[in-house]
Amino acid sequence: MRHKSARKWFNLLMLGLNSLGAGIAIVIVCLMLGYIIAHGLTFINLDFITGSAVPAGQPGGGMHNEIIGTLILVGLGSIIAVPIGLFTGIFLSEFGTPFTVSVVRFATDILAGVPSIVVGVFAYAIIVKPMHSYSAFSAGAALAIIMIPVVARTTEESMRMVPGSMREAALALGITRWRAVVSVVVPGALAGIVTGVMLGVARISGETAPLLFTALGNSFGYSGLGSPIGALPLQIYRYALSPYKNWQQQAWAGAFVLVVLVLIISIAVRWLSRKRRV
Amino acid sequence: MDTTKQTETTGSRSFSGNKGYILKAENLRAFYGAFLAVKDVNLDIKPKSITAIIGPSGCGKSTLIRCFNRMHEVTHGARISGKVLLDGEDIYTPGIDPVSIRTRIGMVFQKPNPFPTMSVLENVVAGRRLTSVLSKRTEMEEIAEKFLRQAALWDEVKDKLKQSGASLSGGQQQRLCIARALAVEPEVILMDEPCSALDPIATLKIEDLMRGLAKDYTIVIVTHNMQQAGRVSDMTAFMMMGDDRAGGLIEFGRTDQIFTNPKDKRTEDYITGRFG
Ligand SMILES: Nc1ncnc2c1ncn2[C@@H]1O[C@H](COP(=O)(O)OP(=O)(O)O)[C@@H](O)[C@H]1O
Ligand SMILES: [Mg+2]
Repeated sequence: MRHKSARKWFNLLMLGLNSLGAGIAIVIVCLMLGYIIAHGLTFINLDFITGSAVPAGQPGGGMHNEIIGTLILVGLGSIIAVPIGLFTGIFLSEFGTPFTVSVVRFATDILAGVPSIVVGVFAYAIIVKPMHSYSAFSAGAALAIIMIPVVARTTEESMRMVPGSMREAALALGITRWRAVVSVVVPGALAGIVTGVMLGVARISGETAPLLFTALGNSFGYSGLGSPIGALPLQIYRYALSPYKNWQQQAWAGAFVLVVLVLIISIAVRWLSRKRRV
Repeated sequence: MDTTKQTETTGSRSFSGNKGYILKAENLRAFYGAFLAVKDVNLDIKPKSITAIIGPSGCGKSTLIRCFNRMHEVTHGARISGKVLLDGEDIYTPGIDPVSIRTRIGMVFQKPNPFPTMSVLENVVAGRRLTSVLSKRTEMEEIAEKFLRQAALWDEVKDKLKQSGASLSGGQQQRLCIARALAVEPEVILMDEPCSALDPIATLKIEDLMRGLAKDYTIVIVTHNMQQAGRVSDMTAFMMMGDDRAGGLIEFGRTDQIFTNPKDKRTEDYITGRFG
């Protein structure tokens, strides 16, 4: 009898702790979103979306170039990372031997754990330094390095969720292994793969540290992959630290735009993964 | 194809074709790593016949038929020794592509496994579409109709061709899988307990279908259901696990003979339900 009531108390305690944890998480999200939305909405205007940066102290201006820059960088990062991540994931799930899988998985795990500032320094050392220029390309490459393990892991996991009977069905029809993977397994895992890509996009669209060493920033707008490029997180970082009121306000508006972007992606991911479960 | 010259009586059909068999196993052994799962099987399968493979579960029936279309080696570490002759040629001859063998020897699995991402129509033509060059859309529809009719499924799905293959009932899904296997136009169709996941009515439909298909195709069916073997097959092979845990072929003969007058004591015990 005694240990039964002890178990009851333990259950109650765990339930309490769990609820507390969940509650804190929700409060943090609400506070942060509320704060950013409240501030951002106050300062966001058409000029912010369409205008370019103005010299310090002047009124007006916006982050048009940085918004475009972030879209370009995220696109660039995705173009590099999606195929590599996809092939890595497909290899891990379909073609690797136990040994090669453990090696490749170890490598992607390490890559996933490397702090993004280190990735930035690395991209600086192997791309920016030799080319003697900060560049959109080096920034895209740095973001791709961060995104690859995300895409690889989710691709692998969702491909593994496709039942083996599908592969057998395809092989038994005389379909080659790679054709079965492309035409049967990948479509079966597509919702999961897309989810992974979007998680990766959400992850890199807010990265700041790697951009400090690669993108540098560029107030005059996009001027080629070989030239410095502006980006939202970078500009938010600079403006928020500046002593100028206008810039600080624009940092809030920028944070708002970035959060909305990530929010849209997260909602899309949720929607997609719900569809997958059905 | 000439479908009139053969009589329909179970176990007494006359067989044509080269040397009287289309598929032949010679001293076939199947391994999973070091484990010998099937040992020394010698078996002749006559064209356009239905051969049932029966035996207690775990005796190697699935393993054996998976050797017939080179699906056995898909399992990591699995291998065979011995020969499997298809039209007189060993399908394990070095240099022969297992993929080409599987277009000649189709397979239907225990659990219906239509591709859930494809429509009913796409499922039927999947083998054709993914093994060769793409055909025209209209051609696809003709092919799909032809084989859905052969699989006795057309009337039930002709208004559902665009729906997912997974939306059909279990029995329909299994007939869809049969249509999908037929569409590759194989010579032999292997069926591994195709009815074990189905209700009795769906089971009877598939058995009827099999009798019809045997006019054009050679069918090998694994079943744990002896009544089913008795109902559909011309020939029956009885397998059992030996003391060394390796499954072997105990007796092979005409179905009526195996069921009424088995030569081996173990066959008799199994048939009469004394074990297994
Ligand atoms: N993938 C596998 N790996 C190792 N052993 C297997 C595998 N599949 C089947 N076996 C073994 O091979 C033997 C025969 O199995 P199986 O052919 O599935 O029998 P049946 O179809 O007659 O029930 C069993 O002992 C089983 O445990
Ligand atoms: Mg079996």
